This record gives sequence, C-alpha cells and structure tokens, in this order.
Amino acid sequence: MADKIVMEIARYSPESDHEPHFESYEVPVKREWVVLDALNHIKDNVDGSLTYRWSCRMGICGSCGMMVNGEPKLTCATFLSSYARNGNKIRVEPLRYFPVIRDLVTEIGGFMEKLKKAKPWLMRATNDQLSEGTYLQTPEQLDRYKQFSMCINCTLCYAACPVVGLDPVFIGPAALALAQRYNMDSRDQGAAERTATLAHPDGVWGCTFVGECTRVCPKHVDPAGAIQQYKIAAVIDWLKSFVTPRGRDAGSLAGND
Amino acid sequence: MRVWRSCDALVAGRSPGVSVEASSHDVLLIGGGAAGLRAAIAAAEVNPKLNIAVVSKVYPMRSHTVSAEGGAAGVAKPDDSLDEHAYDTVSGGDWLSDQDAVEAFVAEAPQELAQLERWGCPWNREPDGHVAVRAFGGMKKMRTWFAADKTGFHMLHTLFQTTLKYQPISRYDEWFVTKLLVDDGVVHGVVAIELMSGRIQTILAKAVILCTGGCGRVFPFTTNANIKSGDGMALAFRAGAPLKDMEFVQYHPTGLPFTGILITEAARAEGGYMLNKDGYRYLQDYNLGKPELKPVLRCMELGPRDRLSQAFVHEEHKGRTTSTPYGPVVHLDLRHLGEKLINAKLPFVRELCQKYQNIDPVRELIPVRPVVHYMMGGVSTDIQGATPLQGLYAAGEVACVSLNGANRLGSNSLPECLVFGNRSGKAAAEFASSQEAANGVVLAQAVDEENRLKSEFLNKTGGRERIATIRTEMQTTVEQSAGIYREETSLREGLHRIMELQERYQDISLDDRSHTFNTELESALELGFMLDVAQSMVASAMHRTESRGAHQRTDFPMRNDEKFLAHSLLYRNFDGSARVEYSPVTITRWPPGERVYGQQTQHPDATAVQRVS
Repeated sequence: MADKIVMEIARYSPESDHEPHFESYEVPVKREWVVLDALNHIKDNVDGSLTYRWSCRMGICGSCGMMVNGEPKLTCATFLSSYARNGNKIRVEPLRYFPVIRDLVTEIGGFMEKLKKAKPWLMRATNDQLSEGTYLQTPEQLDRYKQFSMCINCTLCYAACPVVGLDPVFIGPAALALAQRYNMDSRDQGAAERTATLAHPDGVWGCTFVGECTRVCPKHVDPAGAIQQYKIAAVIDWLKSFVTPRGRDAGSLAGND
Repeated sequence: MRVWRSCDALVAGRSPGVSVEASSHDVLLIGGGAAGLRAAIAAAEVNPKLNIAVVSKVYPMRSHTVSAEGGAAGVAKPDDSLDEHAYDTVSGGDWLSDQDAVEAFVAEAPQELAQLERWGCPWNREPDGHVAVRAFGGMKKMRTWFAADKTGFHMLHTLFQTTLKYQPISRYDEWFVTKLLVDDGVVHGVVAIELMSGRIQTILAKAVILCTGGCGRVFPFTTNANIKSGDGMALAFRAGAPLKDMEFVQYHPTGLPFTGILITEAARAEGGYMLNKDGYRYLQDYNLGKPELKPVLRCMELGPRDRLSQAFVHEEHKGRTTSTPYGPVVHLDLRHLGEKLINAKLPFVRELCQKYQNIDPVRELIPVRPVVHYMMGGVSTDIQGATPLQGLYAAGEVACVSLNGANRLGSNSLPECLVFGNRSGKAAAEFASSQEAANGVVLAQAVDEENRLKSEFLNKTGGRERIATIRTEMQTTVEQSAGIYREETSLREGLHRIMELQERYQDISLDDRSHTFNTELESALELGFMLDVAQSMVASAMHRTESRGAHQRTDFPMRNDEKFLAHSLLYRNFDGSARVEYSPVTITRWPPGERVYGQQTQHPDATAVQRVS
C-alpha cells in the first residue's frame, strides 16, 4: 500500500466552464480512509471549492454516490487503500447518465419524479381503512418484499443501467423495485393501479435485463429481480385480460346470468 | 438548470425597493426527517386546504433519521403499561423530564407507531403476524418496535413515500435556511438559499416548525451525520427563543473508534456483553447489577446510556481499557449470540463492522468507545411543540419539551419525533388556519439578510481563517470542556476559547465565491450555527453546579434537587450576550427519587402518586 495516491477529480462549474475537466490532487492514504475521507481532506485543506454531497458516512443516507474508476460506488464505503498500489491513480467523477450541477453533484430531480410515479405508498380499498391498531403480517409475508424495501435511493443503479443511458425517460431500476416493494406487501392492494402506470415501454418493458443494477447495488436490493417479477405479473394480467372481460370477474358474470 | 420541486405556491412577491423574491405558505417545515414529515402530514390532515411546504438542506430521505438503528418504544404487550414506560423515562431522565410531556408521550407513542405500520413500515413480526418488540437500555419491559436494525431508515422512507400522496405538501429540496424572520415576537417566515442556483429567497409562512434535528457535529467524535450542525437551535436562539437544558449531551457507550459509527444498543439488548481489556464484564462494578448469561432488563449492559458512558471513563482511569490509535476502547462481545441471530436481528451491525472496521462480530470482539450521540436540550417548547415566539414551533431532537430530561432512554427518540411532530403539526395548522395571509412586514429584514450573506461571505475581501481550522478547534474545545465529566475551570476556559473562536470566525475566508451549489458557503453558515450552539452548551453547563444524568460535574458530584430540579433556559440578549434563567420541572405523579438499576429496581407503583380523577 502506497502512502500517497493521486486523485483525478472531475471539476465543472457552469459559471466558468463549458465542459468538465480533471484536476489532480495528491492525498495521503490512511488505512481507515474511504474515498470520501480523501475528498474531505482536499476540501478542508487544499481547495474549499471542491463540491460533492455527503452526510451519514455509514452507507445509509445515499448521498455520496460517485463513479470511482468508472464504477458507481458509495464513496463512504469504498476504501482508498484498495486502489493504492504503486503508481495507481483514482479517478472520481459524478454518477453517469445524470445531468451535472457542479463537480461531483448530479441533478436528481428527474429521479425523484420517477420515484413518485411508482406510487410508493400503501394503498387499500377505501372501505378497508383501519382507524387504529395494526395489520397482521407474518415474518414470511415480510420476507417476500423486505429485500426491495432496502433501497437507499443512492441512484448507483441508474448510473449502471445502459437503458437509462439510452433512454432518460425509462423509469429505471430503483423506482421499479420500489413499486414491487409495495406490490409484494401483503397489506397493499394497489398493484393494479401501479401496473397501469408502469407496464408500458417507459416502465417495466424498457428493461432489457442486463442486470448491472443488481450488481452495483450496495444494499443487495436486486432491482433486476424485482423487474423480472413485475414482467411476469404483467404478462399474467395481460393473458387474463383475454380470458376475463376487464372489470368483471367470473363471479360477477355468473351473478348476472 | 432548474431544480424540480412542486412549487405551485411560489409567487414572485417583489415589493417596491425590495430585491428579494418571496413565496408564501401557511405552514412551513424546516427539516424533512421523521419529525418534519410527520408534522407535515398532521398539518395536511387537520386542514386539507392549507398550503404546506417542507424546506430541507438535503433531499428528505437523506435526513439523519435514516441512521437510527435500534428501534422505537411504545407500549405494545399485555404485560406492560403506560405507567411503566413513563416511570422508566422519568427515572432514566434523572427526574428532569416534564411529567405531563412524558404522560402524553407514552400514551400517544403506541398510536403513532401503529400509524406508521398502517402507512407500510416493515416492522419485525411475531410468528402470528403481530408486531414484535425487543428489550432496550433502561426499559423495564420489552416495548421497542424495530425493523431489524434499520428502524430509522425504514421509518423515514415510509414517511417520505407516504408524503408523496399528499397534494398540499410541496418541497424545497436542498434549500438552506439562514434566518428566521420575526417581527414583534411573531414569526413570519425564513430566508433561505437554493443551493442549486445560489438564489436567496424569502419564504413567508403563517407558522414555522423547526425539525432540524441535533447538533452532534459540535463535537469531534459523534455518531451524527455531517448535516447535524444545530441549525434550528441557532436559528431560534438568534430569533430570541430560549434554548432549554443545553448542558445535557448524551454519549452513546458503543461507537466504533475513528468513524464514530453507532453500534446499536439493540446489540446489547439481544445479549451482547461489555468487556474491559481483561475480558471482565466491568459494568458489575458500577451499581448496575450482577452479570447474568442472558440480558436482564434495566441491569448491566441494559442500564441507561449516561451510566454506561460514565463507567467507561472510570475504567479508563483504572487502566482497564485497551489503547488504540483512536483512543482507548472497551469491547462489545456478540460472539455467543451466533451467526443466525446476528443475521436476523442485527444485520446492519454486522455489515457496518465488516465494511468500516474490517472485523466480523460473529467471530471477533467489536472495539467501542463512548461517542456523542444525542442532544437532550434544544429549543424550549410546550407539550404542543409551541415555542415562546408566536408562530414558531419545534419538534424532534431540535426541541426540548422536555421529554428526555437529563438523559434520554434508547428508543424514545424516534417515537418522540412522531408524537411531537404530530402535535406540533396539528398546533401549527390550527394556528395558521386562524391567521390572515402571511404578511410581508419582514421583507426589509430579508433584504438585510441577503446583504449580510453577500458582504460577510460571498463578496468579502480579505479573511485569513479556514473553516476547517476553526471547526476542529471548536470541536476539541467542547470535548475538553464539556465532555462526559466537567468542572468549573475547564468550562470557564472552554467558554473563553469559544468566544475567541467566534471572533476568529468573523475573519474566515472562502475559496468558493460561486453561486452554484456552494457547499463551502453552507459549511461556513453551519459553523456559525455550531459556534452559537457550542457556546450555549458550555455556558449552561457552567451554571448548573450539580450532577444529574448526562451532566456530571466532578466539582459538584451530587444531584441538587433543592436548587436544580429546574430547566435551564438560555436567552440571547439584545447585545448578543446570553443569560441563563431557570424554570420549574413539571412533576405530576413521580416525585424525585433515586435512580436504581440492577435487580433491586423499584416498581413504578411503589413510587407513583396515584392519579385522582
């Protein structure tokens, strides 16, 4: 492990630059330091204008995602020492496929809109609201969606997804996993409503199942798995629509006759 | 590029001679963590016609609630009672809690946690489908609801996702509030900077609720996120609202060295042992009961946080801690719990140890030391969340109701955010509903604030001090003077040094003068807030010449109920100096008694005055 390493950091300010460029900084490599510690070292001691987001430094707030040597990473959970072999450099860039506000800060307003499109709240039939007390849910029912509830909205999966790169309208892995988190929740009755907005080409069918989202997810959410489940459910719904006229089930047909 | 926000309510309120832009709302939340989002929903439900907005310096799901691990307390099982939860809270707080606040809290916490369940929070479950509860420090019964060891994360995301369906709630994401606008003792809104554009804007409101959380970053070693700079406390203090009980700072006994990452109390509730360098369960030497193989409620490792952190200091003085490059440590031993239980109940603990400490708690001891975790004090409010300034409310860690007294019990803070978020949201909504449209009498002040931001920071020439230098010196000073144990000389010296740092702060220089996402300007403003908070902590600690809960004076080692069964209230005088006043503690049913931990714990029925109704 070298005791110093050169960081090449993407810099961009809309007030002075037409396009991003790289600046190099030499930083000490300490055993406990993550990439974020090195960025803080630069900001505190060398150049206070270096701009990036961070908060919790424990891999749960989702703020500090960046490209580190071309890979989407949480910089608070990426050790400097794992890059510090003789002569190596670390290249830090903003997360790919997002507009850049400044330096390493991306614009995630579009991502926030996509999250909302997934209708990520518990939906119940209107006449079935508990006024107090709790729903029952067994540990097995919890396990069916728990994994999809672990998303920290870090957007690494968008930076990894080639479909997002080609089609910015594609709703993307995290939002689809979030929709599936509620669809799979035994307390929820909103799957049909979510499917109506998500089962179209910008929704679940946009995914070509590359699986990069699942590979880069720091929380093992498996968005690719969620999307596959969603596709299967959507196909079953679509097939059912041939068997059963929309809005009427077999029971009501029998009743009418 | 323009930031997205749902901003139907934004109006360009330019008045003649006033350069600032203004928008206007009925209820304005400052902070989008658990308290802020719960308050926003409560306000929307009181009156769906109200126009509600949440201003946050981060996207709400980044708020520090996200880091809370262990759980949220609320009576849930037939063997438990509200009185027992109240007694644990009052005795845990060394009788400084206001008991009317405690009684309201314990009664409403279960309803609030159930409401979170109905909004989708993935609470852990019993095999029959009912919500599961776990033990927690200082609690005599199992009453802590949990979502594995990511309880805060799940609560925050559930709340945030639920707010998305409320049309009246709009957001100002990544806006930094620099000033409360007050006219004649009435709050009319704030001045804030939109980080993306650097635009300085006035946001008028009929009612403002501070939900900005704590101030752990005032210390060098803390579990708190980088954003926890006491903004709301300083904003309120500068606006003339008093800060209550600021001398009471909680050290959590188990933080990872170097990073300060929290290892949740749930690790001890599930059966973890605290060991000194000899492998000895040292807590048995500190009046916390005798070691048993299985965890015993209100005993040993399940004692309250103040007592455990103080025990660490004594172990250090006895030479029974282990030295590391990041200070002395003791060890938390989870090995006997086994991989299966650790994975099921403490997966985040294992992940954090592996990722940040490079150890596996299934096989290895976890090095830990006390770490600044929580601020019992804060903006003084009544039990509806109202501050003495009309139209200004506060809830969550930024506020001091006081529920937590001299020491908060683990797992009381998350439900505090819900109960008092709900209460303040309702109170603010009712107040706002009774008011005329927010008026612009304060727009001249807003212009002054914009000019201050430009002249003192963005357009300033000269300046020799770096932000990081002053911040580090402040942190070291506060730790040395107002750490786990305090005394007159070091407090006096600490206060003197903080005053010097306040002076030097006037001479800071920014490398970054641009408007776009200027995080250095943000850091400078946060440092200004932190210096005020640091000063208030040290000043309050100096005046309280007794030892109570988390405030331990080596020169005044006993609790003094005769003089200090009282809340300290720190006011800012017109000339910028501060004065301390005291107000009585509300005692309803539990007269001050001895804090007893270990097997001889008294039952609350033995000490409570029965309610006469």
